[in-house]
Amino acid sequence: MKVPKDCRYTNEHEWAHRNGDLATVGITDYAQEQLGPVVFVDLPEVGAAVVAHQSFGAVDSQKASSELFAPLTGTVVEVNTRLADEPELVNDDPYGEGWMIRVHMADTHEFESLLTAEQYSRSIAANGH
Amino acid sequence: MTAEAMQSPAFANIRAESYIFDVGAPERRGIRFSKADVPEEPLDNLVPPSFQRKTLLHLPEVSERDAVGHFTRLSQLNFSIDTTMYPLGSCTMKYNPKVNDAIASLPGFSHIHPLQPVETVQGALRLLYELQGFLAEIAGMDACTLQPAAGAHGELTGMLMIRAYHESRGEHQRTIVLVPASAHGTNPATAHMCGYTVREIPSLGDGSIDLAALERALDSSVAALMLTNPNTYGRFEHHVAEANALVHRAGAQVYGDGANMNAIMGIVRPGDLGFDVLHFNTHKTFSTPHGGGGPGAGPVACRAHLTPYLPNPQVVLHEGIYRFGESPESIGRVRAFWGSFGVLVRAYVYILAHGAEGLRQISEDAVLAANYLRVQLQDLYPARFDGPCMHETLLQATRWRDAGVTALDIAKRLLDYGFHAPTMYFPLGVPEALLIEPTETESIEMLDHFVHAMRAIAQEAESDPRLVRTAPHSAPYRRFDEVAAARRPNICFPGCL
Amino acid sequence: MSYTPHTSEDRLRMLSAIGASEVADLLAVIPGAERSEPLRLPQPLTELELQRHLRSLAEQNRHTLQLSSFLGGGAYSHFIPAAIPALSLRGEFATSYTPYQPEVSQGTLQAMYEFQSMVCALTGLEAANASVYDGATALAEATVMARNITGRDIIVVPRSLHAHYLSVLHSYRVPLRIVGDSIFPHFLFDLASGPSALDASVAAVVVPSPNTFGRLEDWCRFAELAHAVGALLIAVFYPIALGLLESPGACGADIAVAEGQPLGIPVSFGGPSLGIMATRQRYLRHLPGRIAGVAVDRDGKEGFVLTLRAREQDIRRDRASSNICTNQSLLALQAAMYLSLLGPQGLHEVAEICLRRAHYLAQRITSLPGFTLMEGPFFNEFVVRCPIAAEELAQRLLPYGILAGIPLGRWFPELADCLLICVTELNTRQDLDDYVSCLERLGL
Repeated sequence: MKVPKDCRYTNEHEWAHRNGDLATVGITDYAQEQLGPVVFVDLPEVGAAVVAHQSFGAVDSQKASSELFAPLTGTVVEVNTRLADEPELVNDDPYGEGWMIRVHMADTHEFESLLTAEQYSRSIAANGH
Repeated sequence: MTAEAMQSPAFANIRAESYIFDVGAPERRGIRFSKADVPEEPLDNLVPPSFQRKTLLHLPEVSERDAVGHFTRLSQLNFSIDTTMYPLGSCTMKYNPKVNDAIASLPGFSHIHPLQPVETVQGALRLLYELQGFLAEIAGMDACTLQPAAGAHGELTGMLMIRAYHESRGEHQRTIVLVPASAHGTNPATAHMCGYTVREIPSLGDGSIDLAALERALDSSVAALMLTNPNTYGRFEHHVAEANALVHRAGAQVYGDGANMNAIMGIVRPGDLGFDVLHFNTHKTFSTPHGGGGPGAGPVACRAHLTPYLPNPQVVLHEGIYRFGESPESIGRVRAFWGSFGVLVRAYVYILAHGAEGLRQISEDAVLAANYLRVQLQDLYPARFDGPCMHETLLQATRWRDAGVTALDIAKRLLDYGFHAPTMYFPLGVPEALLIEPTETESIEMLDHFVHAMRAIAQEAESDPRLVRTAPHSAPYRRFDEVAAARRPNICFPGCL
Repeated sequence: MSYTPHTSEDRLRMLSAIGASEVADLLAVIPGAERSEPLRLPQPLTELELQRHLRSLAEQNRHTLQLSSFLGGGAYSHFIPAAIPALSLRGEFATSYTPYQPEVSQGTLQAMYEFQSMVCALTGLEAANASVYDGATALAEATVMARNITGRDIIVVPRSLHAHYLSVLHSYRVPLRIVGDSIFPHFLFDLASGPSALDASVAAVVVPSPNTFGRLEDWCRFAELAHAVGALLIAVFYPIALGLLESPGACGADIAVAEGQPLGIPVSFGGPSLGIMATRQRYLRHLPGRIAGVAVDRDGKEGFVLTLRAREQDIRRDRASSNICTNQSLLALQAAMYLSLLGPQGLHEVAEICLRRAHYLAQRITSLPGFTLMEGPFFNEFVVRCPIAAEELAQRLLPYGILAGIPLGRWFPELADCLLICVTELNTRQDLDDYVSCLERLGL
């Protein structure tokens, strides 16, 4: 189970990676494994506002549909359009080519309040994994 | 071509039956019509050219023989009740009597227009009027609408009635609907469609609703509890009367999901247990054919205080004439016309065939058959609960986890033995669930065959798990790659556009 | 009559296997089970008695094969080729379950896929579902789709929408803006009467064509108006008419819905019926209901499965946009058979006969004194203004065995003297001439 050190996490299994005012967001390796093969990712459009802890989209596998919760508040500046035709990237490379949205953060302090890799690892271990 | 040849890899990528679009030839016809037989006028004088079709219409061009061959061969790729036992839990796949179809096909039923003057359709209206009464009686309620087209549509109708009822009393603050964790997915989806927020109520270890949790959840913001009884674990909610009383004390209503009515007809009436509104599935309880997924019908019965909110119109008897009556408080129509009449005729015939005693016998035999299967299978497929079940038994295929054999594999292997798969992985949260409902119409010989098949598969799961994991082997097709199909959907024949 | 096969011997055998002495032991958990009173229902009937009783009920109805029917208004009598009932009553189709086990349900699944493809061909749109309950609920589902797609609330509908469809939208609690106060004499969707009807709060504009008066509306114009404010166009169509008229897709519609009953399905007192729904490829994930798609099995053989399942209620539960589980499979199959047997030429022929005969009758009736025809192009249904109340006119033609049409006063109080008349290929030239002779005989 990969939990990269340079990302921050949510209890709902999203990750965020910071680059200045921008944060890249996706779902964790643990989340993709729990979901099974992803068949569709429903993402917002560029320019949409996202709010921390609120839904910004959904990810569907064959047997489940899960809401995606924004780790951070801000504006969507880029969307991974490849996922429309290749949703399997979420399974194959959740922290890389399977990224979902890039957000211009309204408040960069918010990033620091997210779970660290250690904290997230402990939280999924507590779930029995 | 032999069946073996069709299944061999040499025929990979060939379907068992061609697309209808690949059959036939340009200008080939299945039917012709005579001319209009009225004075010929240029078409452009009748319809402005701007409205006329300029794009080509890519429909099949086949002879009647081509079409009949195609659709007959397609039918032969299906399992059906006429050919196979369907032990599908909560689906009540009972035998569909042929007399129902014969009667529904009479021109006096199939060729009447919904807007004919009522004096020309008194037979049809009498049938609907009596059926409203029969279903209200079976439910133990005061009135019934026949409009809803399916069970989920009935749920929507019933919940809209509850909402209208609360609003008429000025209780707009009731925005929550309680649904047990074991509920069918349509329950929360329906509540959401009606603008309600869904709150889940946990189930106890025996599958029944947690009364204490229910009591905690109830307050003046709750509009309704949606309850399936017998529940989806195949158990009768023995605290149902207490639960319903608690709900009423909080000023909320109880919606009954009648999916499992086949277990209790003539034994107990939901209205007598405190349910306020209930839908039936005629395609389950009253033997109307499933048709590969529809058409069904989902009549809704209710108690007197909800009657004003029933969809318009109701069939009423006034001065010896059957006619349509409207209520000013009605939620309105839920479909264009009066109901799935051709389906309702079949349900009416079925009820008349059985009478009160016959309906009770159906439920008793359904319960008996399910318990008969339970006792003969539970040593290999442990029952989720001790003791008798109702009309379906909840078993678990957990024994072969180490060999990697799952409930899905067992179900797929049953296809090879000539049985449809049972309901699997439902209710949610029961590992390797197999929900088995034999219904009352399978003979004891067929039930024994089924037991034999299930036991043989259990044996195979021990001795040759791969055989089970890769089943089916003798069905027209093997397992499909559903993930690839969903990732890159092809839902329209490319030549049609 | 009973269909339970068990003898008393069978029941004893089952009880003894279970270890119960009587069925009551199994029902002990049900409060009051043993005390329950018998249901108050009629005595059971044998099959012979059933057939006799039901035949006598059926004979109390005067059906459209006996009468000369000019009724439309949302349910349409068309010719049904004999092959359709013969095939669709086959038990393998009629008594099969929802095709959740694709290995043993390819017949139903392929028929669904072919039906979807034919709906796409008809509508000129790229994505269709395998049907919903009826035309009115298809429209209600389309409004939900449009609101989800646009993130807006309001649905603009004309008064020229079928009154029952409008009632269904109300029941489904769709936020409506109803446009068009005056209908006469154009019977058109009059957006001019509500110039502010289209704004940035509008999710979709609903345009039926033919509308409830039979009048053709110009979808292309409404598509432009709707798109200009970022709203969608929902077209409501009559499937037979599309043999001759341009498709909603080609006119710019985003969603198209219809009552599919005219496609080889008997009117059957208004149900069961077939709701048709199609949309643009980009809105596919918003389409409710079952959808069949191509899949490949382990041996590499191409077949079909129910696909895009994660949109549906059993997976999404309270996040699903619709609670629908069923489609109308057997009726979708009948429609697919109908369209296969007719083909593009047959559908064009039927449409042309309907159109020509309707115009012939309209012209004959309105050449009688006191009768006037609505203005503008129509397909096979039209409104005539009568010299007497339309209800009375219909009553007076009934003794001649003629169902004259639908008196519009029941839906539009201001149109009490208007009759909605529908003509299909089932109305022969003789029927049309008889209709006119009877009107003459009434001497109005």
